[in-house]
Amino acid sequence: MGAAAGVIVRVEGVHKYFGENHVLRGIDLDVARGEAVMLVGRSGSGKTTLLRCINFLEEPTVGTIEVDGFRVEADPLGRRGRRHKEEIRQIRLRAGMLFQDFNLFPHMTVLQNCIEAPMRVRRMARDEAIALAERYLDKVGLNDKIHEHPARLSGGQKQRTAIARALCMEPKVLMFDEPTSALDPELIGEVLKVMEDLAHEGTTMIVVTHEMHFAREAADRIVFMEEGQIVEQGAPDEILNKPRDPRTQQFLRRFLESGGPGGAD
Amino acid sequence: MASDTALGGRDLLARLAEDRRARRRWFRGKFALVWLVLIGGLLVLLSATGNIDPDWYREWGPYILEGTGTTLVICVTSIIFATGLALLGAFGRLSPRPVVYSVASLYVSLVRGTPLLVQLYFVYYGLPEIGIVLPGLTAGIIAVSFNYGAYMTEIFRAGIQAVPRGQREAAEALGMPERLIMRRIVLPQAVRIVIPAIGNEFIAMIKDSALVSTISVTELLWRARRVGTREFRTLQAMLLAALVYWVLTIIFSYFQERLERRMARSDR
Repeated sequence: MGAAAGVIVRVEGVHKYFGENHVLRGIDLDVARGEAVMLVGRSGSGKTTLLRCINFLEEPTVGTIEVDGFRVEADPLGRRGRRHKEEIRQIRLRAGMLFQDFNLFPHMTVLQNCIEAPMRVRRMARDEAIALAERYLDKVGLNDKIHEHPARLSGGQKQRTAIARALCMEPKVLMFDEPTSALDPELIGEVLKVMEDLAHEGTTMIVVTHEMHFAREAADRIVFMEEGQIVEQGAPDEILNKPRDPRTQQFLRRFLESGGPGGAD
Repeated sequence: MASDTALGGRDLLARLAEDRRARRRWFRGKFALVWLVLIGGLLVLLSATGNIDPDWYREWGPYILEGTGTTLVICVTSIIFATGLALLGAFGRLSPRPVVYSVASLYVSLVRGTPLLVQLYFVYYGLPEIGIVLPGLTAGIIAVSFNYGAYMTEIFRAGIQAVPRGQREAAEALGMPERLIMRRIVLPQAVRIVIPAIGNEFIAMIKDSALVSTISVTELLWRARRVGTREFRTLQAMLLAALVYWVLTIIFSYFQERLERRMARSDR
């Protein structure tokens, strides 16, 4: 299916309108296998919308999304109907997603959260799914919480469970939508640590974040967005230390003034 | 600790706990007492008029009480059918397809907009004119089920909509197809949300089932009225019938409360 070798996610000419509101104004973005890309920018710049367009939680108004060689064109009018729904599902099987407020299933234990989709979507046998879940829960440091309900977990533990749940689908790319924004400050570290480990192990990831320190440590590339466009992108060092675009400069200056990373948003 | 000496050798916390328990016991004691006095007083007053005959109860009590079984059959069967109808109705009311949505909306509007008594007469006395003759019990269960199904449709619809949107999104992001999301993620959470409301409907149904007596189903009220009128003992007959309805609702409230508490616990 014509993907350039090594490209896992390709966003081509994506625009998104919410009513009259032009939120994404022509986004092109390639993410290579093993790359960790951080999307930064002020709130309202379209970072989260871009992420949600990649797995069609928002249908792009125009454009094409390709994940692991599976290409889907935007179908904002629903012309392709059921066929398009199936295409979207195929994209979602390849792209895992983490949310700001975790969205664990509250009526299931940690383990049940992790094996639900592997068993019912990937049709894995129960034992196999459990073994897989145990492996990933171990990786995020939650093997002792397997039979707890989410309500008994701290925010950090919830987000780590959500990461394990996403990993259990063995996606080609993990997408994080401000994964630490809903966490108490002292719990942010444990989640970022897991994400950093994943990045260093070569997990392909796209992360919307306000944690500049984390971005510097874990990103292969930082993409700065403003008003629905990609303004500037490059290695963390380039973007954070010597940004060229005045808008990037202004954004970073404000971040440093407000005490750096960790600003609530 | 210091409290030992300050409070005559007893630990302050233990004393506070004991005090709290004592207050609760005192409150409950008063509660029971007031009920006993009020109910007992009422019965004494009624007996004083010379219209309460214990022998009559001995003779006809069992006959009336036998109707409880029929009342329960109507309620239990109807709540099952009503739940099924309500689920279908709720899916219909949430459907993006205009035909499905309209049918479900018409059902809710029509049934909620007409009295249950009219619906009972329609099924039992009306339908035979077009050749559909149903036994009273069946007609009663059909009418009650349809009626409560319509009210419960709105309860289920609201319950499904009350499940946070993020739940659906998380399931979608995992690649789960629509039906699976509904069955495994949304509905189980919606059911928890609607259980108190469904319990209330069931309790209301126990009482509304008395209307079925008007289409000659020999349930509780029908029997009470029959022997009551025949022997000029309506006061006594109605007292007994009321008591049975009351006890039934108390029993179901109790179970409902326990179920709610258990579900709340597993979420915590």
